[in-house]
Amino acid sequence: MTNPNNISLNISHALEFIDGHALNIPTLKILSDQGDVLDGATAPDIDKETALRIYSTMRFIRLLDERMQGAQRQGRISFYMQCLGEEAAVTASAAALKEDDMIMAQYREQAAIHYRGFSLEQFMNQLFSNEKDLGKGRQMPVHYGSKELHYLTISSPLGTQIPQATGYAYGQKLKHIDKETGELTSEIDNVTICYFGEGAASEGDFHAGLNMAAVHGSPVIFYARNNGYAISTPADEQFKGDGIAARGVGYGIKTIRVDGADALAVYAATQAARKIAVENGEPVMIESIAYRLGAHSTSDDPSGYRTKDEEAEFKNSCPVNRFKQWLLKQNWLDEAQDDAEKEKIREDILAALKVAEKVQKPTLEDLVSDVYDTPIPSLQKQYDELKAHIKAYPDAYPVTAGRIK
Amino acid sequence: MAKMNMLHAINSALDITMAEHPQACIFGEDVGYFGGVFRATSGLQEKYGKHRVFNTPLTEQGILGFANGLAAFGAPALAEIQFADYIFPAFDQIVNESAKFRYRSGNEFDVGNLTIRTPYGGGIAGGLYHSQSPEAYFAHTPGLKIVVPRNPYQAKGLLRAAIKDDNPVIFFEPKRLYRASVGEVPEEDYSIELGKAEVIREGTDITLLAWGAQMEIIEQAAQKAEEAGISCEIIDLRSILPWDMDTVAKSVVKTGRLVVSHEAPITNGFGAEIAATIQKECFLHLESPIERVCGLDTPYPLALEKEYVPDALKVFAAIKRSMEF
Repeated sequence: MTNPNNISLNISHALEFIDGHALNIPTLKILSDQGDVLDGATAPDIDKETALRIYSTMRFIRLLDERMQGAQRQGRISFYMQCLGEEAAVTASAAALKEDDMIMAQYREQAAIHYRGFSLEQFMNQLFSNEKDLGKGRQMPVHYGSKELHYLTISSPLGTQIPQATGYAYGQKLKHIDKETGELTSEIDNVTICYFGEGAASEGDFHAGLNMAAVHGSPVIFYARNNGYAISTPADEQFKGDGIAARGVGYGIKTIRVDGADALAVYAATQAARKIAVENGEPVMIESIAYRLGAHSTSDDPSGYRTKDEEAEFKNSCPVNRFKQWLLKQNWLDEAQDDAEKEKIREDILAALKVAEKVQKPTLEDLVSDVYDTPIPSLQKQYDELKAHIKAYPDAYPVTAGRIK
Repeated sequence: MAKMNMLHAINSALDITMAEHPQACIFGEDVGYFGGVFRATSGLQEKYGKHRVFNTPLTEQGILGFANGLAAFGAPALAEIQFADYIFPAFDQIVNESAKFRYRSGNEFDVGNLTIRTPYGGGIAGGLYHSQSPEAYFAHTPGLKIVVPRNPYQAKGLLRAAIKDDNPVIFFEPKRLYRASVGEVPEEDYSIELGKAEVIREGTDITLLAWGAQMEIIEQAAQKAEEAGISCEIIDLRSILPWDMDTVAKSVVKTGRLVVSHEAPITNGFGAEIAATIQKECFLHLESPIERVCGLDTPYPLALEKEYVPDALKVFAAIKRSMEF
């Protein structure tokens, strides 16, 4: 029976509590650590071109992360965040979407924007906050975004993108709803994927976003990257119960858990999730279990809170190598050529870095534009006064003084 | 023109917006079939369907998070927070997200389609949690616009302008006036420019400045002053952010005196910003210190509301202090 509580009552006469860990959601794994399709598993339908694009994206991001982590250590950029250990989780999920599906990421998903075509130069311009940065030099490094690539600009506050993804996806669905009946008239043509870490799942925005998506039927894929640590706080100090996935179930959302170091499992799960979202007009949740092999950011030092032994254990399940082994077994990849390409990418990164760090900083106008669509009178007044001040004391403001009109 | 109260005027502005844009959505707590606790959205779900006018779960941060996303998608997002007192769970989504969407992305993305409506202020025996005027919290945040209407005509015209404005706007509705204030309102569409104050009565001796529900209080005070032979110029600020410094300064240059009144607590209220700015702009024209008649620095009380509020008598006393300085 149903009642106004929106619950199908299943009456019992036994006084029994359900254990908080009773849900034991399985983890989809397709590839072995050596890159073989496991017995009983089915590889998803993936063509050679897509597979190689996933691989080359993961490889590029690993090399970029390595170099830019170093650049931060040299004091050339102020901050950096690696994707190390989660390359498959991010890249293969992005690859399972349409190019114009919306991506709302947390901060560690540079592989997703690169998969869409964000160029090496664009990465460097953002990292160096120069005048060619799409974000006009306003945010810290790794806060990428591009309207053209349907990748919402990263926001530092944690989890804020989660209810926003629900709202954005609702807009995507609204185009396909019949005005009279309120029913879907056709398959939804775009969805939103929303990435966040298991730490962000503790924020109120997570609960607000999932609940609203479930109630209103937003075609959004919530992609929780459970990588073991929220900065230095281990997952067992972050939540109880059966991971983040159990909460998806709790909100009445179709949910799957995948091995986040397994590109094929991630690809298969995301493809299936997208299908559910577009056909039913409802949210789907994926919890990806991986391990953050690197530090949280360049401001973090994991040696203070985890052991070398623990890190070594996970290094063996490297997502990039695992997928590479599978590609080699498919005869889709040539090892010698791969090595040569890696070398070329390293050189390109270094060259792009040298170019970007010499590009000028944004102009003074970029300081005040985009607060509103046009500067409000008080801001315009402040800008005029600032310009006059800089003109009066040009030596104190060497970056902008010479460029004021 | 039709006679409308403020709720009808707001409903009319929303109706026009819903008819204008096929993806415009109205959402908030109880706004669906019920029409909201004050009935501002009455009849709109029947007209535009449950997918465009709908109840949300009780989650203000969810409402604003959802609204930011929907607006970023490109649909007019008409979010209602049931009482301004309950806007604080959504503070992060408004201050860190709505206000900074355009700036932080270098204009790659914006939420100019967002309008937040929320009833504010006292006078309904609502006590601490149904009477607050939180405009100053938001006025400290670049990227937002903040608007407060004083009557039905203003409410419709300013709300339409807020919705059409290409920036996120918080629209504070004086709930005490929802039904109390009735006036002529055109059925058709019209807008009142944001960021412009209105001189609603000219005078020569002193300038009185307020917004929203406080307007009728300063008008009553001006009446008392008039009887005492003092000529008051009355200005409705209408937009808190941006605010029309030019109109206020021009008036103060003429009268030499200024009284600012608002319901929110005096310390760091928006009156402080006005007083500081006008003091700088009009220093040599001022005949007396700028007076502020505001709420006390206490939470909004229940039983002693009459003592707490900046009423006409307190404003009149300030006018006299200013004149006799």
